[in-house]
Amino acid sequence: MKQFKFDWLVLPLLGFLAVVIVWQISSSSWAKELPSPGKTWAASKSYILEPFAKRGEMDQGILRFTWYSLKLVAKGYLLALVIGTPIGFLLGLSNTFTKTFDPIIQVLRPVSPLAWLPLGLVLFLGAGKQASELGALFTIAICAMWPTVLNTAVGVRAIPQDYLNVAKVLKLSRTKTLFKVLIPSALPYMFTGFRLSLGIAWLVIVAAEMLTGRPGVGGFLWQEYNSLIYEHIILCIVTIGFVGFALDRLMSVAERKFKTI
Amino acid sequence: MAFLEIKNVQKGYGTSGSFTPVLRDINLEIEKGEFVALVGYSGAGKTTLISLIAGLIKPDAGTLTLNSSPISGPGPDRGIVFQNYSLLPWLTVYENIFLAVDEVFTDWPAVQKREHVEKYIAMVNLTPAREKYPAELSGGMRQRVSLARALAMEPQVLLLDEPLSALDALTRAVLQDEISRIWQEHQKTVVLITNDVDEGILLADSIIPFSAGPESTLGPRIDVDLPRPRERKAVNHDFQFKRIRREVIDYLLKANAKVHSTVTRKLVLPEIEPEDLSVPRRFSQNRTGPIRANEIKKLEVKG
Repeated sequence: MKQFKFDWLVLPLLGFLAVVIVWQISSSSWAKELPSPGKTWAASKSYILEPFAKRGEMDQGILRFTWYSLKLVAKGYLLALVIGTPIGFLLGLSNTFTKTFDPIIQVLRPVSPLAWLPLGLVLFLGAGKQASELGALFTIAICAMWPTVLNTAVGVRAIPQDYLNVAKVLKLSRTKTLFKVLIPSALPYMFTGFRLSLGIAWLVIVAAEMLTGRPGVGGFLWQEYNSLIYEHIILCIVTIGFVGFALDRLMSVAERKFKTI
Repeated sequence: MAFLEIKNVQKGYGTSGSFTPVLRDINLEIEKGEFVALVGYSGAGKTTLISLIAGLIKPDAGTLTLNSSPISGPGPDRGIVFQNYSLLPWLTVYENIFLAVDEVFTDWPAVQKREHVEKYIAMVNLTPAREKYPAELSGGMRQRVSLARALAMEPQVLLLDEPLSALDALTRAVLQDEISRIWQEHQKTVVLITNDVDEGILLADSIIPFSAGPESTLGPRIDVDLPRPRERKAVNHDFQFKRIRREVIDYLLKANAKVHSTVTRKLVLPEIEPEDLSVPRRFSQNRTGPIRANEIKKLEVKG
């Protein structure tokens, strides 16, 4: 197809329109319970137009909910990075460490967040009111950690021998080698890991909120499903999608900023 | 005792099962302030030897001593310029050199370190590019940075591992002149590894050819007694220059010929039967490939 002016804007809009049309047709034909786009808008209007309103614990503007979710994700994600990056470095640097811990990592990696969350809640039973938050944090951290761990390890292994030779010839100290050679060299890989981790952290938050009933996008979604307000499910799905997209974009901007090679 | 002394050094790679010898019986003595060029084919173990001197690898047998103390590991007393520059791409020209200076002269005040770095950047004519990253520089400029980094450490020995072989001929000539100039100013002990005989003759006090690998060793030392500064143009017509070049090249060719004449393995040709092209097509039913001669049945029809 030929390119034309504003095709970067017009074509995606056409794509959205196509999906909305399918949605409209579906809601009026085979899926009677699915709210139509118009009905969804009418029911969600107040949540979108007053995004920071707070009418009750589980009845707040959509951006306010998003903010709660983001706060929790940020904490869990940082925890994942703080734990995951050093593990990745150890895996990349030490063959013994890799041999010892790689199998357990490969076993833990595919475990779903839905499986971790109950364990998280059990772990922090003693924390009382904080239990649900700590459990959610635990789940986010342990699920989002793996891409960071594995990509950092690959990045460290991919450091060219030349750079290591430079460090050896200059007799750089361990810390200097780490900060002047190892980290800058592995940084592009690390950022790929960070980005994937953030995506997973955002996936996990919804599941975590659903199960714990915390206020947030995921918690709101589950509550509205239970109260049979299906329009709000769609509102939540759209919000989660857009926020995830925005986070990924932000990370790719950061990635370019920190590009070292 | 010589300044840099290599005695009966032997080195090979691999485990006992698949061991490949690279160097044997390496004996080398280099005096302080001497410029020695080691010339040899690729694969002769030149880089292995310089890595041994640098301390990046350890010899299987023999000893290396610098200034009467054995070489046990890498250290800033031996500045090395790698063939592939080995600059850190996330640091600017200044930072790359500063990293070295900062590490070697730890007790200097900041101002002195900065001036020291500036001095060496100026020495290789890179002052305008001091805030540039290696990716923004040409190959020649990168190699200058690498050279400045090695020199700024004020090493006792400068090891140049084919520093110019990745550069185009014109840039190489410019850098050769620059190395020559810097050497005359500093009178550092230099070990230059190269595959370019002319480069060796132009720069060095003496040339030592490698015999061809595997298991190569050093040949006889050939002194270059041409007066300095050596003019690239004049050198081309100089009788002495030609004589030295012939001597080095003769040795290298002879060493190589010896290796090739010792190849005893018989060459086995693949067994291919010629196709009989005159066989008519109709014999080749149900097959896509041609028929071999021995597949054809001959029938005699009695009439």
